[in-house]
Amino acid sequence: MALSPDDVKRAAHLARIAIDEGEAQAVLAQLNGIFRLIAEMRAVDTRGVEPMSHALDVVQRQRGDRVTEGDQRTLLQSVAPHVEGGLYLVPKVIE
Amino acid sequence: MHNATLKSLSAQLAGRTVSSVELTRHFINRINRLNGKYNCYITLDEGASLKQAEAADRKRAAGSGQALTGIPIAWKDIFCARGWRTTCGSRMLDNFVSPYDAHPVEQFGAAGAVILGKTNMDEFAMGSSSETSHYGPVRNPWDVNAVPGGSSGGSAAAVAARLAPGATGTDTGGSIRQPAALSGICGLKPTYGVVSRYGMIAFASSLDQGGPLARTAEDLALLLNVMAGFDARDSTSLEREREDYARELGRPVKGLKIGLPKEFFAAGAAPGVVKAVEAALAEYRRLGCETVDVGLPNMKLSVPVYYVLAPAEASSNLARYDGVRYGHRAPEYSDLADMYRKTRAQGFGAEVKRRILIGTYVLSHGYYDAYYIQAQKVRRLVARDFAEAFKRCDVIMGPTSPTTAFRIGEKMGDPVQMYLNDIYTIPANLAGLPGLSIPCGFDEKNLPVGLQVIGNHFAEARMLNVAHQYQQATDWHMKVPPGIEIQ
Repeated sequence: MALSPDDVKRAAHLARIAIDEGEAQAVLAQLNGIFRLIAEMRAVDTRGVEPMSHALDVVQRQRGDRVTEGDQRTLLQSVAPHVEGGLYLVPKVIE
Repeated sequence: MHNATLKSLSAQLAGRTVSSVELTRHFINRINRLNGKYNCYITLDEGASLKQAEAADRKRAAGSGQALTGIPIAWKDIFCARGWRTTCGSRMLDNFVSPYDAHPVEQFGAAGAVILGKTNMDEFAMGSSSETSHYGPVRNPWDVNAVPGGSSGGSAAAVAARLAPGATGTDTGGSIRQPAALSGICGLKPTYGVVSRYGMIAFASSLDQGGPLARTAEDLALLLNVMAGFDARDSTSLEREREDYARELGRPVKGLKIGLPKEFFAAGAAPGVVKAVEAALAEYRRLGCETVDVGLPNMKLSVPVYYVLAPAEASSNLARYDGVRYGHRAPEYSDLADMYRKTRAQGFGAEVKRRILIGTYVLSHGYYDAYYIQAQKVRRLVARDFAEAFKRCDVIMGPTSPTTAFRIGEKMGDPVQMYLNDIYTIPANLAGLPGLSIPCGFDEKNLPVGLQVIGNHFAEARMLNVAHQYQQATDWHMKVPPGIEIQ
């Protein structure tokens, strides 16, 4: 199954990556090559096989519901592109 | 000094015949002189390195030195180190100075090791050649027109060029073992969960694993002793007793059963690679090992499975780069959505975008079961193959990579060709198994060949023993790239 330019643009939209018509066309051929490679595993009969999400099938560790992190706001915001008064600044979202 | 093994440097530091400041200065001088040729370091901070070296010398003087106290280590630029610029080879993080330490960085710090610098790599570890870096390609010390492998190519080239006695890397589909092979050094990917992923910039979380690169198996053991360890901040870190990975180095390998998967030796591997690997197997037989044929029938599906799972996990992990909290933000935008789109279009390179698009597509509505769930099921089939094989052998051996180092630019136009380069390394990541690569000879172009050793879960000490015994009987690991003076 080959991807269409619209599939590429839809994925780019979902991934929030700006892409123009020329880039979409260029990347399309490469993605189709990769999906031809991926097609090999789609045909495999996997009835009755459990999906494997972790190499050792361990269960999620849990911990007590306690505060473990101190306040590091100043330190962590020291690398932010735009902060003011301890808040991250972004373009206005709600009118 | 720079041609000595890490083990020998450790003994010299302990015997006070050299200080950490002298050693660190020596390597910094070499890097300043030679990094232009290899491009293996992205960031150096001489002041910070020497400060750590001085502290290490004081620690040694006070009698509280450990094996790595005072040893300068090169860090793949995927590990966050407090106060150090940490770029992951990306424009997205070009201005990112980490406010915290990764768990392995903390552990090396506690052991008194010195951060020598941050090494170049494929952008976000996505690549097998160290060419996708925002900071330009790394060059192979054996041939500067060839790639050093990737993604930990800067670390591998630094160790090969004697610009670091040891280094760290990460391996999602072969990114420690393949550059180790192509650069003629040793590299180990531990069992998934042995090294904490905390502070290691995420690519594909169910596969990512940190590990060491060095010139001998013995040095790998010393590095892994410090790098491994439980860390509650990584939800997949394994809670296990600390072990000494050097404890079995001296054990004879007589009677060892080596599994040879026919799939590793079928069509695909270059004749020069097969020849060197066959010669290594003959050496093991001389040492009293037995070889048995095993099958990994689903191995050929590993690359397709990997190129669903890794991009899917990457598309999710890399969603965090939005220009809000850290990293690049586009200088001009009309609204919030436009800021995201432009920031990500500018901050990511072509390969990273390609993988995010694949991952987004396979996870999108209507495709999730057909791609992602199917890939997870086939992953289990690959893992079962290994479980069956290990009923009949102690370790599995084969080539690390189908070819030796290829030319810079050779595979950049064809992603599928680049991806197939990892055919022998990806299976161990899918199964979570430890794998290492050691030098075992050269091809007709005089480029190094790597022998891969794959063990069962938690077999690192035995695998290092197997590699060390080979290095006691051969001297491939002692070969020095042309033009590197060893005084």
